[in-house]
Amino acid sequence: MSTISEPATDRSTPASQYFAGLARWRVWEILFWVALVGLFFVPDANLPLYGQIVIWGLFAMSLDLLLGYRGIPSLGHAAFFGIGGYAAGYLGKFGWIEPISGLVIAALLAGVIGWLTGRLIQRVSGIALLMVTLGLNLILNDVVHRQSGLTGGDDGLQGIEVAPVLGLFRFDIFGRTAYLYALAVTFVLFLLARALVKSPFGLALLGARENPRRMIMLGAPLERDVTTVFAIAAAFAGAAGALLTQTTQFVSPTSLSFQRSADVLVILIIGGTGRLYGAFIGAFVFLILRDWLAELSPVYWYFWIGLLLVVMVAFFRKGIVPSLEALVRRVRRR
Amino acid sequence: MTDPQNSPILEARDLHMAFGGLVVFEHLNFTLGRGERHAIIGPNGAGKTTFVGLVTGLLRPTSGDVLFNGRVITHESPQQRVKAGIARTFQINSLFKALNPLASVVIALAQREGRANVSLRSVSREGKLIDEANALLVKFGLADDALTVTETLPYGKQRLLEVALAFALRPQLLLLDEPAAGLSTAQGHELFRQLAVLTADTTVLFIEHDMNLVFRYADRVSVFAAGALVVQDTPDKIRTHPRVREVYLGT
Ligand SMILES: Nc1ncnc2c1ncn2[C@@H]1O[C@H](COP(=O)(O)OP(=O)(O)OP(=O)(O)O)[C@@H](O)[C@H]1O
Ligand SMILES: [Mg+2]
Repeated sequence: MSTISEPATDRSTPASQYFAGLARWRVWEILFWVALVGLFFVPDANLPLYGQIVIWGLFAMSLDLLLGYRGIPSLGHAAFFGIGGYAAGYLGKFGWIEPISGLVIAALLAGVIGWLTGRLIQRVSGIALLMVTLGLNLILNDVVHRQSGLTGGDDGLQGIEVAPVLGLFRFDIFGRTAYLYALAVTFVLFLLARALVKSPFGLALLGARENPRRMIMLGAPLERDVTTVFAIAAAFAGAAGALLTQTTQFVSPTSLSFQRSADVLVILIIGGTGRLYGAFIGAFVFLILRDWLAELSPVYWYFWIGLLLVVMVAFFRKGIVPSLEALVRRVRRR
Repeated sequence: MTDPQNSPILEARDLHMAFGGLVVFEHLNFTLGRGERHAIIGPNGAGKTTFVGLVTGLLRPTSGDVLFNGRVITHESPQQRVKAGIARTFQINSLFKALNPLASVVIALAQREGRANVSLRSVSREGKLIDEANALLVKFGLADDALTVTETLPYGKQRLLEVALAFALRPQLLLLDEPAAGLSTAQGHELFRQLAVLTADTTVLFIEHDMNLVFRYADRVSVFAAGALVVQDTPDKIRTHPRVREVYLGT
């Protein structure tokens, strides 16, 4: 593949400025990541919770690549989260305790299985797609439950060891290393996702989301692209699963339950699709609320989450981030 | 061996096409010469759009063959046919509603140039593509609307974009399915005037109901009716052809 590319010959045209503008970092984006680093320094911050938020954000972002950018809904995305989580768990249990390489292996494995899944679903769409992704998730979940000798069944995988990050930073009981590790990995993967969606490939994904038939008549390899983005989304989800396993030294079947697939979808929809940041904002709202509601009414908190969803859809049809964007645009125009 | 320079650019041999029980074509034979500006006319439901579908590969015939540059393409995918040089517009706009015309055209150009593979390189680094997209939008009178979300554009502009997307592929054969549909007479004539200039060295096959446009811009005309090509001739001959009056002009 040739990578020769050059900037627009005339940089002052609105056209070249438009794409440069899309790629440019906004102030609020920088503030967003600085704030996440800042949380680390807040005294008595609930770092384990924030770590979870970051990991769930990464997980929801992986779904955003599929749903937000390519328009492929999945009801089984937790399957890849779980595959990454168990892969990292087995590695840590059986002696491969170096976390970064373990994470990469887990993500690659999830990516390969995502690629195979992508091959399977590349011609499927609509309701059938929901059924297939849900079905695959259920099968995997069932296998993990049945093979309790291998997987620990409901009790999960115990005795997972993780070496200090870069041989220097030991995972501590306050979750300080865990938080920074999760944040660093998530940031790197975010950078990759951000570059990907702003590349010509990302634009082609949007085109296929908007109008597959037109993309076919432009000669686009639709099916290959579906498989590719499915593999990438699965690898990112796997990385999120691996992060959760490594930072908690534990993985259980809930990590690949249907409930988890539903939760990640809810998070992404609350935050807003097709924005990358929506995933993180959604994770923040969802987990903070869950944490708070679980204390308030431990049994009924899903009731409140459900209510939140209904209210969200009624008032911010497209989720938090897109609604905020629309608001900012309106204020600016005044 | 067929010499691609002398063979017709497009040929349909004995095409049979049915949707379930509905037979659209029994034995369609059709030939299109290189460089022609060729109109297809015929009553509603004659199979004009279906024919374009068979040529582009979105539809597959029950039997028979489609040849492009003398090569059988009946079993090739739509994408392979696009790469070979066939592009089309749709009778009903088929656009990227939530994207703007600039992004839409860049998508088309990136596909044409094979530059949409997985990468981490920003679109803004595709200077050549962006410049070409810009120039194309200027040609189609869409420069001022380049950054306006497509679905909010007036219909006439969307129609121009529909044509621009196909044109962006620099096809050898451009298939236009009622490009002037929904446009005012003046807009329709303007579009055809522009197309005549822009597509001077492209073979163009267009479906059109407006006889003024057909007689003015086509150098040959085919009349489809009842699952067959009734007659193919110059506009002058078509105008006075008894069979045409019978099947199409309804007299
Ligand atoms: N996908 C389809 N499934 C079933 N029947 C179809 C399909 N597409 C077209 N037809 C039928 O095939 C026949 C030919 O349709 P086609 O759209 O090719 O006509 P047309 O000549 O383009 O007409 P118009 O001038 O109205 O655009 C019509 O009877 C139509 O109802
Ligand atoms: Mg038609």
